[in-house]
Amino acid sequence: MTLVKYLKSTDLKSWLAELAEKNSVFAPRYEGDSVIFAPFDPEQEIYTKSAATVPPKKTVFPQSEKLVDFTYHKDPENPGKTLIDGKEVLPQGTTVVFGGRPCDVRGFSMFDRVYLTKETTDIYYKARRDNTSFITIACEFTESTCFCHWVGSSPSDPIGSDVLAVPVKGGFLLTAVSARGETLLTSKLLLEGKPKVEEAEEVLDKVMENLGKAPDLSKSPGKLLEVFDNMEFWEKVSAKCISCGTCTYLCPTCYCFNITDEIQGLKGSRIRSWDNCMSALFTMEASGHNPRPTKAHRLKNRVGHKFSYYPDLHDGIISCYGCGRCIKSCPAGVDIREIVLKAIEFMPTVVEE
Amino acid sequence: MKFQEELKESIRKALPELDVVIGWCGSFDPLHATPHFIYGEEDIEKLEISPLNVHNLATYLPGMRGKKVGVVVKGCDSRSVVELLQEKLISRDDITIFGFPCTGVIDQSKVKKAIGYVGNVQSCDMSDESLVVVVDDKPHSLKLSEVLAEKCKSCRYPDAIISDYFVGDRIAKKDPAEPNYKELEKFEKLAVSERFGYWLKELDRCIRCYACRSACPLCVCRDHCIAESRDPHWLSQENNVRDKLMFQVIHAYHMAGRCTECGECQRACPVDIPILMLKQKMNKEVLDIFNYEAGVNLKDTPPLLSFKMEEENITEKDW
Repeated sequence: MTLVKYLKSTDLKSWLAELAEKNSVFAPRYEGDSVIFAPFDPEQEIYTKSAATVPPKKTVFPQSEKLVDFTYHKDPENPGKTLIDGKEVLPQGTTVVFGGRPCDVRGFSMFDRVYLTKETTDIYYKARRDNTSFITIACEFTESTCFCHWVGSSPSDPIGSDVLAVPVKGGFLLTAVSARGETLLTSKLLLEGKPKVEEAEEVLDKVMENLGKAPDLSKSPGKLLEVFDNMEFWEKVSAKCISCGTCTYLCPTCYCFNITDEIQGLKGSRIRSWDNCMSALFTMEASGHNPRPTKAHRLKNRVGHKFSYYPDLHDGIISCYGCGRCIKSCPAGVDIREIVLKAIEFMPTVVEE
Repeated sequence: MKFQEELKESIRKALPELDVVIGWCGSFDPLHATPHFIYGEEDIEKLEISPLNVHNLATYLPGMRGKKVGVVVKGCDSRSVVELLQEKLISRDDITIFGFPCTGVIDQSKVKKAIGYVGNVQSCDMSDESLVVVVDDKPHSLKLSEVLAEKCKSCRYPDAIISDYFVGDRIAKKDPAEPNYKELEKFEKLAVSERFGYWLKELDRCIRCYACRSACPLCVCRDHCIAESRDPHWLSQENNVRDKLMFQVIHAYHMAGRCTECGECQRACPVDIPILMLKQKMNKEVLDIFNYEAGVNLKDTPPLLSFKMEEENITEKDW
């Protein structure tokens, strides 16, 4: 029996305050003209109408995190030798993220296939992943940049979430979609949800209608490989790209990182921070050779990775959940949908002999 | 726009001699435009001139050296072209400039604020004075003056300063005679702690994507930016606001007397941080000291790119 509860909008802050007693709670709110995920603050309004400007990726995969603190010191037995003491800095505590969207939260399932494999476990990622719960809001509205239904997801996709919140009149219908989700729904502030189930279903049916028909992307892995060596194609589709990191940093499924040692005197920290395949430094080798020397090579990698190489490695699953932030926030209006469709429709020019 | 067809005709005429012409066309919804690279006839037809053409296309020029490039410019964009030419970062022989009288561009953040939610724009009808935006079947009528970019309100160069083809009727140079720094002056009156607090708060949400840098037509270090360099290692990769501010200060200093205040840094910022003000502050100082404005005269040398034994307005010693 699925656990369903009704939360009145007026009780939202009180409920999050209860959850904040034992967890760090993040919720979307306005900062300037943008909506970002910030630690819950009862004084600030929570924004729930649409997807935040910046997804909650940082709650599990921070923009920058310390992996190891280290100190250099001399070996007293052998002054010519330098010793290093290192200590890993593991994330502590539990986190609840309220107000992500299905596309934001499902994004972490992309990370899992890479960071939590049979061969290797990323202990930092695992510590946060295991200790972070998601109360996700299903989308009541769709935006012109939304395309979750193109890539096998939907506005109410529960994958990766613990509780799915569907906006209904006066509040949210909360459905536990994991065992952990059930433990989040024990508050006395929550009311019986069953009378609202039908209304919630209507909301979700309506939003699916608005999304329209999705094109078939099943050919994208093969088609993108077919145009791999066609640099004219890539130069044209990347011409307007300005090589910033907005698309990758706002992407809920982009998981690349860089490692930097930040040292002051004899003490330092090894930092892991978001990296960005649109940057020239991303593949710069120590020799000075760069296998992706131009923005055309780099954009090819971003599109190819999500719509071809990743699905080839992971049962055909496209590494994009269609949140559309890379389109909406791109300063130059690069549209990944357009590029994938162009690759699928691409017909090589036949040279008549 | 009435001169759009005339512009297409000029491009059609020039294109055979060029590798590409950069203009604008429609984007993912009716409220947005996008840079448009024109290679042939079918691309010319898609060209659209409208107040949605926010992008400064001069940004692409330094990265296309060696190619014959046509570029469509608003008045403010043409100043970036002039500045790039002044600094010899592009060659005049390689570029063909298409100018038109610009009546201002729309600030998307203002539209968002005025309407509230613009996720699903169905149509956007613009006239000289207003625009009607339909979102989720509901029309919103806005005065153009309310949603115009700040820079356009006090624009002094609506016509391209430099062009090979100019279409439409020129708009006479507008008042005021000097740049408008009224908002900045208000900010300058705040206490140091308030100003510093403001920047720490605003920059806290920076995601270090460096769109501000990449969108800037005069940020020409491109693939060798100090922001990402580990050698020299001047900026830490830790997520602290100090380093974010440090980068903005470095950017602003490098732009002093070079920045044409096109505002692309701020427009490109995905989290709407008002960073143009930092560059305006530098330019205001340069105007005070050197009586110089960037990108208005091909023959000028930007003051910080030159050296004089004695500066008129700088007194180094008391005598």
